[in-house]
Amino acid sequence: MAVWLRRSSSSSRRLIKQLWVSNDYSTNTNSSLTGNGGVNYHLQRVLLSRLISSPVFSVRRRFESTEAAQIRTCDPQYYSSEDDDHHHVQPSDTDQGMDFPGGRVRFTPQMNFIPEYLEKRVPCYRVLNDNGEPISGKIYQQVSKDMATRMYSNMITLQTMDTVLYEAQRQGRISFYLTSHGEEAINIASAAALSQEDVVFAQYREPGVLLWRGFTLQEVANQCFGNKMDYGKGRQMPIHYGSNKHNYFTISSPIATQLPQAAGAAYSLKMDKKDACVVAFMGDGGTSEGDFHAALNFAAVMEVPVVFICRNNGWAISTPITDQFRSDGVVVKGKAYGMRSIRVDGNDALAVYNVIRAAREFAISKQKPVLVEALTYRVGHHSTSDDSTKYRPADEIEHWKMEKNPVTRFRKWIERNGWWSDEHESEVRNKIKKEMIQAIQVAERLEKPAVSDLFTDVYDQKTKDLQEQENLLREVIKKHPKGYPSDVPP
Amino acid sequence: MSSLVRQILRSGRLPVSGLAPLQQAARAYSSAGKEFAALNSMHASTVVIWLDPSVLNSLASTPQSKISSDDSLSQFLQITVREALNSALDEEMAADPRVFLMGEEISKGLLDKYGPERVIDTPITEAGFAGIGVGAAYKGLRPIIEFMTFNFSMQAIDHIINSAAKSNYMSAGQISVPIVFRGPNGAAAGVGAQHSQCYAAWYAACPGLKVLCPYSSEDARGLLKAAIRDPDPVVFLENELLYGLSFPVSDEVLDSNFTVPIGKAKVERQGKDVTITAFSKMVGFALEAAEILAKEGISAEVINLRSIRPLDRATINESVRKTNRLVTVEEGFPQHGVGAEICASVVEDSFGYLDAPVERIAGADVPMPYAANLERMAVPQVEDIVRAAKRACYRSVPMAATA
Repeated sequence: MAVWLRRSSSSSRRLIKQLWVSNDYSTNTNSSLTGNGGVNYHLQRVLLSRLISSPVFSVRRRFESTEAAQIRTCDPQYYSSEDDDHHHVQPSDTDQGMDFPGGRVRFTPQMNFIPEYLEKRVPCYRVLNDNGEPISGKIYQQVSKDMATRMYSNMITLQTMDTVLYEAQRQGRISFYLTSHGEEAINIASAAALSQEDVVFAQYREPGVLLWRGFTLQEVANQCFGNKMDYGKGRQMPIHYGSNKHNYFTISSPIATQLPQAAGAAYSLKMDKKDACVVAFMGDGGTSEGDFHAALNFAAVMEVPVVFICRNNGWAISTPITDQFRSDGVVVKGKAYGMRSIRVDGNDALAVYNVIRAAREFAISKQKPVLVEALTYRVGHHSTSDDSTKYRPADEIEHWKMEKNPVTRFRKWIERNGWWSDEHESEVRNKIKKEMIQAIQVAERLEKPAVSDLFTDVYDQKTKDLQEQENLLREVIKKHPKGYPSDVPP
Repeated sequence: MSSLVRQILRSGRLPVSGLAPLQQAARAYSSAGKEFAALNSMHASTVVIWLDPSVLNSLASTPQSKISSDDSLSQFLQITVREALNSALDEEMAADPRVFLMGEEISKGLLDKYGPERVIDTPITEAGFAGIGVGAAYKGLRPIIEFMTFNFSMQAIDHIINSAAKSNYMSAGQISVPIVFRGPNGAAAGVGAQHSQCYAAWYAACPGLKVLCPYSSEDARGLLKAAIRDPDPVVFLENELLYGLSFPVSDEVLDSNFTVPIGKAKVERQGKDVTITAFSKMVGFALEAAEILAKEGISAEVINLRSIRPLDRATINESVRKTNRLVTVEEGFPQHGVGAEICASVVEDSFGYLDAPVERIAGADVPMPYAANLERMAVPQVEDIVRAAKRACYRSVPMAATA
């Protein structure tokens, strides 16, 4: 399998080469989940909680032709799964074929249906095991102490911010909130692997990327409270952050609409020949939208530098992934579009960091898109409008919250390296909690946006119609002040 | 071709008497040139026609018909709406490298001239390429998204409304979307229900969008240029049946900086008895109706709306205050249509000036049928407009709207 390295002298290149040489990512693992050539989806939810933990071997396997599926209604002679002779075609047999756009297509007298599932599921790349220990004995020092502690601090900042703001909604101080519990590693590690120039199109469960880039807790609170300091001028519901200066496009509620937009933005970067890529996040549910298909297809056809990151967290509100798709997750869809793809353990911060670094390099140097599927679990409810205990077992949530927690896993690694301690932990957690509570108090007391902000930005310049409406409104407020909130500035 | 002719005139080497034959010759050479280009798979603009001075002199001495003393070409140059649109696209793409075209089956001429990076032929997914256009606009490019017809824009309507129209507002000005969505809108001929709907009312209901409907070549050129230059998302509704029609254009219209202001209607014909508002193809019908009405002593003022959003309420109301009677004309479905909005606006602002109820002419309240006779009955015809104007002028038996 060709190794795509950028011809630069960055140290990450050498490190990645190390990784790829030892972990040939084109292969399958030695573990398969069922013996009958397919994945039993009845067990998928349980299987998700037992991620592959054995080392990845360098076994080369040629995907030459197709394997027959177990077609029970067919006469046995029409299908076969043990006929390896068909995989090894003699040169003289390849005379029968035709030239077709995309390459020569070889003819075959064997009627072989491509099975719904490969014998083995696409393996999942990870660096640290569930206990935070590097697997296969190798110590991966790709991440320095400063970077690791910064990543960890951001992860607990995200966790704490989420807890405090969720509580604030429960207390009735904001109308809505949604947390990223369980997905802190994806949030922070992916952001850490990007540059500030990379453009982010998020879905809505990626505020950690903004935090990494310098968005403050006060700015977060301002948006949630919709006060006059909100960059969104009080126009959007909570968690719909957006900041041009952080290269993070304003969150838009409809699912997956950001995906073709990301491809378009990447086209713009390509035209400008910028040394940057676009990163587009989505959940497992988002991959069912038509926009997902259009975006991936176009990105591959237009050859644009975009990294699509799917946070496969097992749930789309109350819809489990078994009801969302029947493919082997999301990673296999990349191949259908002619796009490079990889599956990674989304709760392993180091693995996510490595993968996004590599994906970004590929996307920019080759000007081609990449699909990354990060397996994880949505520990929290979908949002404050949801109670997930209604549709999933509480012990499943507990399991992922305790044993599979990405934050504790990373913490174990940095503590083992001597870079973190209990004192650090309580210091940072207390500081962030205090800061967040204070930010809420400040945000709550700040003035709301001015009445003029009701009518600006509909267009670049306010139209006559809008100016008339504003004048009318002001007249009415003046005439009937009791009918309007007193804390709204003119 | 017109610039060449202008140059010749300014050179002073051709007297005004040579103008008409020169114009005829130019047209002849122009069509010959186009034929030549087509036969040789070249873009017409790349064919250069050289007029030898001796040819000019011989033209000057040939007898000619009446010539206006106006030394500009205004009365003489005619271009089709299609040519107007293409020339506008060409000029804007040449002037601004951020402008690019994306759509299905787009202009081969522009593709040849600007290359596949700026003229992108897309796979069949309207939602896909509308979303991609919006994303590109977010990042600073100026895309022009072409739909095969606006009927297919419904598959992309989430991107048009939720991504394009609302982004500037929702992001508080951080994300501007300088995108143009264009394509044929409304009824064509014999294409049935899923290819004939008019979307003017739907898009014009949405804040954040600008909605333009050109009629003549001047409208087409000026409005499209204005749309491309505008920082807001614009829905540009063309008409299939108008593409091939020729309209006279002045020098000013052919200038590369010519734009028509968005939000301003044009009074195509002055009148004092009844105001008729129309847009797109119906402007032509309204003008025909005005001619017929004139013969019967009714002087109709015809207003070409040009902009459906923002709607030029000032011009409409000013006209109604003068004529006291209003007929609105549109091809689309009647309920919640453009005419309904105009009527409400006039009732709000100029109720006291109305001498008769507002008449509303629209398409039939049915999906467009295919059979030619049924189709004809499903869209307004000139006679419908004439009868409505007469009703407004109390010149015929009023129709009982409700029993």
